[in-house]
Amino acid sequence: MSSSDYAVFARGLEKRYGDKRALDGFDLTVEHGTVHGLLGPNGAGKTTAVRALATLIRLDGGRAEVGGADVAREARQVRSRIGLTGQYAAVDEILTGRQNLEMFGRLFHLGGTLAARRAQELLEQFDLEAAADKGAGGYSGGMRRRLDLAASMILAPSVLFLDEPTTGLDPRGRSEVWDSVRNLVTGGTTVLLTTQYLEEADRLASRITVIDQGRAIADDTPDGLKATVGGSHLEVVVAEAADLPAVEKAVARVARGATETVIAERRVQAAVTDRVAALTDVARTLQDEGIAVEDIGLRRPSLDDVFLQLTGDRPAQDRDADGAYATYEKTEAAA
Amino acid sequence: MSDATTAVAGTQAGVSQAPAGPRRGRAHWALADTLNITRRYLTHFQRQPITIAWQLGFPIISVLLYGFVFGEAMKTPGNEGDYKQFLMPGMFVMTMAFGFMNTAMGVAMDASKGVIDRFRSMPMAPSAVSAGRGLSDLVVACAELTILALTALAIGWRPDNGVLNTVAAFALLLLLRFSLIWVGVWLGLVVPTPQAAGSLYGVAFPLTMISSVFVAPSLMPDWLGPIAAWNPVSSTGTAARELFGNPGAGGSSWIEQNAVLMAVVWPLVVTAVFLPLAVRRFKRLSR
Repeated sequence: MSSSDYAVFARGLEKRYGDKRALDGFDLTVEHGTVHGLLGPNGAGKTTAVRALATLIRLDGGRAEVGGADVAREARQVRSRIGLTGQYAAVDEILTGRQNLEMFGRLFHLGGTLAARRAQELLEQFDLEAAADKGAGGYSGGMRRRLDLAASMILAPSVLFLDEPTTGLDPRGRSEVWDSVRNLVTGGTTVLLTTQYLEEADRLASRITVIDQGRAIADDTPDGLKATVGGSHLEVVVAEAADLPAVEKAVARVARGATETVIAERRVQAAVTDRVAALTDVARTLQDEGIAVEDIGLRRPSLDDVFLQLTGDRPAQDRDADGAYATYEKTEAAA
Repeated sequence: MSDATTAVAGTQAGVSQAPAGPRRGRAHWALADTLNITRRYLTHFQRQPITIAWQLGFPIISVLLYGFVFGEAMKTPGNEGDYKQFLMPGMFVMTMAFGFMNTAMGVAMDASKGVIDRFRSMPMAPSAVSAGRGLSDLVVACAELTILALTALAIGWRPDNGVLNTVAAFALLLLLRFSLIWVGVWLGLVVPTPQAAGSLYGVAFPLTMISSVFVAPSLMPDWLGPIAAWNPVSSTGTAARELFGNPGAGGSSWIEQNAVLMAVVWPLVVTAVFLPLAVRRFKRLSR
């Protein structure tokens, strides 16, 4: 397969700001007609990657093709094939929704008549007709997001860069935006979705790339990613914090790796391989020792677990075994 | 839901049939894009009548305030003529000079909100973003000058040096405004926030005061007079007075003797410096 068989094909992207490497050999492959999630903690390079792919910033190294055109040498072609939303690009807040869409349509060289017709189409499609002639600055969060999407869809781009499309929306607004996105994909658009909400990526994306410190550190389907974290977690919640060290000992015997203790929730958890055996083993031990258990069970990992494990971005007291133990002793002393 | 899909697919087909863009040539589309951006800014005024009322009303208030409050107390050089006759060209110049603030704030607003980024992500002429802003500023400047002139005429100001010279004076005023567009674009891209652009008034005000706008440099302290006389704003002011046939045009220094020449040279120098700076700053957005 050649690179043009993909909606986005990026290899070894480099971008430096002074000493900081915002992109450090970043690779990304996005298949046509899919929603591809790009996840990463703040400052991981998500925005830099998208701005580079959208021709807004020049790369220091590597090459990237979007919609089959090279971002450096064929920027104009790339620009005619992409749509940009969210923090990457805004609409005019003083103009009305319709005026915005007509202006962007004319700037896409549709001509006045066609621009007006396309604006009307999009206003209907994104359910904005009622507010079409009101200033965009007064729109609700969901309406603004839909106008933003509509403005990116004027030329029905082959690749849409979608940034945190549902941040700050109520559940209804969220599902409306999700529906719009699914519709776009049905219409043949490829979506590169950057988001902080793992649930959103899990729902919309068929493939996810995790970026950290300017590099792609994982690239898989949501299920594939969850599998890499390990099958299941065993979780025990006890009634008395004083029992935590004993529970930790019991769980450690069946754990695949380190155990994790959350003092505040009186909870011990660990990844396990032999699910049922581990569960019965720990349950029996705790019963034998007469420890009051509030809850015990197996849990499938969420994308949050994947994200946290891959990026190591978790609160110190959870990650640091020594730190956790130190907190223990304090709890014991208090008790 | 299927309607939406059809609409998208339909437009895809429609757009691929109409690649009018490349066929018409770059210059055509650069101009078309510029006019579209100009239209955008002018539509802002239609959407926000208060803004345009304030922007056009401010010069009127200034004319009335300075004309009547200072009118009797202020002196013209050599006490020739009426202070109002001296002041009006100064008011015209001041309005043109302050215009760069509007440019700077508009550009800073677009840059901070991400509107410029959307334009840059589109297959339009990059030059159109600033050119469109500049063109709309010139349209507004024409409106401002018209309103100012009418107000000035109403309170007794008279240009009496022939139509041609009067037109030439207004042309020089617009040339000054044109050169300051690039100062405004550059500042708008340099300042971190639109609020910071607003605080530039603190700089703009003394820069216009230390000039021939309100008082002839010859009436200022010896150390200040030459500074005021060499202020580019003064050259346009003095040239306008000369061409309108209003009092106080003169002055003995070289710069005042050659005001009309310098009213052409100064804006060209400012443009030669700030247009490239603005372009460079715009290109730096891709860093």
